[in-house]
Amino acid sequence: MKKFEGTSSYVATDDLRIAVNAAITLERPLLIKGEPGTGKTVLAFEVAKAIGVPIIQWHIKSTTKAQQGLYEYDAVSRLRDSQLGDERVKDIKNYISKGKLWEAFTNDARPVLLIDEIDKADIEFPNDLLLELDRMEFFVYETGETIKAKQRPIVMITSNNEKELPDAFLHRCFFHYIKFPDRDTMTKIIDVHYPKIMDKLVGEALNIFYQIRDVPGLKKKPSTSELLDWLKLLMADDITAETLRERDPSKLIPPLHGALLKNEQDVHLFERLAFLARRERN
Amino acid sequence: MFLNFFHDLRQAKVPVTLKEYLALMEGLDKQVIDMKVDEFYYLSRTALVKDERNLDKFDRVFAHAFKGLETLDATELAQIPEDWLKALTEKFLTEEEKKQIEALGGWEKLMEELKKRLEEQKKRHEGGNKMIGTGGTSPFGAYGYNPEGIRMGQDKGRHGKAVKVWDKREYKNLDDSVELGTRNIKVALRRLRKWAREGALTELDLPETIRATAHQGYLDLVMRAERHNKVKVLIFFDIGGSMDAHIKLCEELFSAARTEFKHMDFFYFHNCLYESVWKDNRRRHNEKTPTWDVLHKYPHDYKVVIVGDATMSPYEITYPGGSVEHWNEEPGAVWLERLTRIYEHVIWLNPVPERHWEYTPSIQIRKQILSDRMFPLTLEGLDKAMRELNR
Repeated sequence: MKKFEGTSSYVATDDLRIAVNAAITLERPLLIKGEPGTGKTVLAFEVAKAIGVPIIQWHIKSTTKAQQGLYEYDAVSRLRDSQLGDERVKDIKNYISKGKLWEAFTNDARPVLLIDEIDKADIEFPNDLLLELDRMEFFVYETGETIKAKQRPIVMITSNNEKELPDAFLHRCFFHYIKFPDRDTMTKIIDVHYPKIMDKLVGEALNIFYQIRDVPGLKKKPSTSELLDWLKLLMADDITAETLRERDPSKLIPPLHGALLKNEQDVHLFERLAFLARRERN
Repeated sequence: MFLNFFHDLRQAKVPVTLKEYLALMEGLDKQVIDMKVDEFYYLSRTALVKDERNLDKFDRVFAHAFKGLETLDATELAQIPEDWLKALTEKFLTEEEKKQIEALGGWEKLMEELKKRLEEQKKRHEGGNKMIGTGGTSPFGAYGYNPEGIRMGQDKGRHGKAVKVWDKREYKNLDDSVELGTRNIKVALRRLRKWAREGALTELDLPETIRATAHQGYLDLVMRAERHNKVKVLIFFDIGGSMDAHIKLCEELFSAARTEFKHMDFFYFHNCLYESVWKDNRRRHNEKTPTWDVLHKYPHDYKVVIVGDATMSPYEITYPGGSVEHWNEEPGAVWLERLTRIYEHVIWLNPVPERHWEYTPSIQIRKQILSDRMFPLTLEGLDKAMRELNR
């Protein structure tokens, strides 16, 4: 199996690289946490791309049950068919729809299985998947067959920390916390996404960006994905580094701030700070 | 290998188990990483730590466990008698490995090289660098006579830089003894759940419908009520005075509890729970609710949470008339005891850091009355508190 070294569109730091490779080699699920927007979900796609395997994404919602990842037995349509005298009704297999885990287990290549935002589900959800992720097999009661993984898929799990995960589950996983990238890494990330962007503009933009992140009391700090969006807007609007550097007190709020500050209260806080700064100057 | 490190981690309350340790060993065995300290750091972190709250503790232990080597003086090592080292190695090395040593030029040459490198290390040590090494690159390291020994001879460059990674302690503010924001509080509060189906039958109960249909021989729809969190919570907030310093935290807790619990009610008090409480601080002197009414109104299955710093003069708790605001007929302690008698689940959340508790007599008295059910208002404390309430 190829080692993951980051891709042309994803900057992987050393620690992340080692975590991913360890999880792949030792066939353990990798649990990824980190601030929203630091590229948790993207990572799974990039890993799949880098080592050239298909990706199967299972997106978790608050109503998702563990069973849905295995298979679902559609009793209602079978009941309806039976009342209409449909021929299909005789074979129960017609009413079993495969879940994402089943798909991943029976895939010919060794796929990446992304269980996205596992914390959204009910507290018991991870516990219900313990055995399946450990042994990579499960039993279909309706047909009496056991589905066993041809190869153990590379399981990547993301969490936004809305719920705590049970210990038994954590013991089975490797864990990586994507910390917020420092300036150097950030410059690399920008370079990967917008190679043509003027260096000066990036420098100024990063200054402002980290200043905003340092403002105490922000409800939601802007993260990498917001920065990338903002840069895109700056480029599209032909805003120059000079404009950014201007720091005209009346323009203390950075141009196109809507991409960075997603919260009305945060914008308001900023306006207030701008007002204070202006008063100080006068 | 690294057993001390493992024990240190456990001692520092990083929840590592044998399973994780074995995973780390497996990783080393399968050579997931090159034998470099910083890569080892990353691998052990990913294998052993399962929660970002523990990352800081892990960094500290790692720094400690591998910093011990720093104090190891190079001159001391150089004085270790040669035959002693030789005897030691022979004890641990297999025949095969011994042959490998021969292949490297024999024992004598190896020792010579070792001395040379120790000399080099000494110099570098004086230069202020850390002596933590890379392990695998040196002929000495590969055989592992002594985990410390591995780091004796090493190539330039790696050490100082590698140490920085964990010495930086980047995960400092993720430690779970720090205070929290609403989102986290909500998650902690979510531990307190008691599911029940009550009220109007609005949901189709599919399994039951199928069972009934099979039983009857015709389509028989069965409905059921939606699932709700049935837990009932009563919160008392201490307000004013010494609590002003904690107002933000209490606000956050309040807003989180508000959205998290459907059956929740709250009252304010000042310093100590006496014969009356109130719901609106602006009109606290006019619109008071007798505490007896509260105790009568809310049945005993309510879970009671008291939020306050419990920091006051002990007289306010133990003597009638001790209140700073009015004449109270009965001491505060009596009211608190009354509360614990009626409600099975009573806990106290204290925004004052736990390490300061023992210096405040009034906190001690409170804790005693509540038979130790006082928790600090941090994520960890809240978590424990919710478990206690759920009991």
